[in-house]
Amino acid sequence: MERLHIVLLIALMIALALALVRMRNLLAIAILSGVYSLLLAAVYTLLDAVDVAFTEAAVGAGITLTLMLAALSLTTRRETRPGGRAARRVLGLAVAFAAGAALVYASFDMPALGDAAAPIHNHVADRYIAEGPRDTGVPNIVTAVLASYRGYDTLGEVTVIFTAGIGVIALLWRWRRDEP
Amino acid sequence: MTDPLSFLSGHAVQWGAVVLLMTGLYIVMTRGNLIKKVVGLNIVQTAVFLLYISIGYVEDGTAPIVLEGAARYSNPLPHVLILTAIVVSVATTSLALALIVRIREAYGSIEEDEIRERESD
Repeated sequence: MERLHIVLLIALMIALALALVRMRNLLAIAILSGVYSLLLAAVYTLLDAVDVAFTEAAVGAGITLTLMLAALSLTTRRETRPGGRAARRVLGLAVAFAAGAALVYASFDMPALGDAAAPIHNHVADRYIAEGPRDTGVPNIVTAVLASYRGYDTLGEVTVIFTAGIGVIALLWRWRRDEP
Repeated sequence: MTDPLSFLSGHAVQWGAVVLLMTGLYIVMTRGNLIKKVVGLNIVQTAVFLLYISIGYVEDGTAPIVLEGAARYSNPLPHVLILTAIVVSVATTSLALALIVRIREAYGSIEEDEIRERESD
């Protein structure tokens, strides 16, 4: 039953994504992409990834939508040109379907959803689950791995955010000499 | 592989992620509007995230928070990786949007064709 819900939510997300292809109003596109993120957060909850779910809801749906709306208020709200030439559309479809066909072909060799014997569950994850709370004192294993075992990854993540922040400030800051 | 229904339910999420990836790819390749390209790129990213999270899912498991009486937890490792990836994707999106704002100031347009025309003038 849970799987049916997951598949239904993903079907809704696909319908939204296809609607985004056709839409021209950028404001509506930004808001619908926020709805898309919220649906994705629901799917993560059903897949037992609660930490990812609330990050997606807060960061994906919240912050990205705010950034999009800010960018739209500084640029324009409508897509003025009709969507591409016919040759470009055919090429886009061909590349998308070639990539999709290759990925579906590869999925036949993937372990099925929820298979507890899949290779991913039989290595380091067991140790994190067994030892994590004792090693770090944090009952949430995702937090334990994120902040303790793989703390340097998180340091790298913060570096990326800092660099992006510097980049945004460098691009958008009105330097005094530029003003008329 | 034997029972077609269990094969379908075992791979439906993966195929859904593939369709999302195709849609995002199509938007990136065929739409000229830069903001729409960023939205398409975000869809491609979320498709990859969804695939990763679905790999970590364990049937009859619970969320990876230690609980008395819980027998199985879903795999926390993909969650950690995707948590980092979501935050990084927001950072790159914000940088892309800042670039778009500057492009609009320099060229007066966020349509790829018009920018190219103005570039060749």
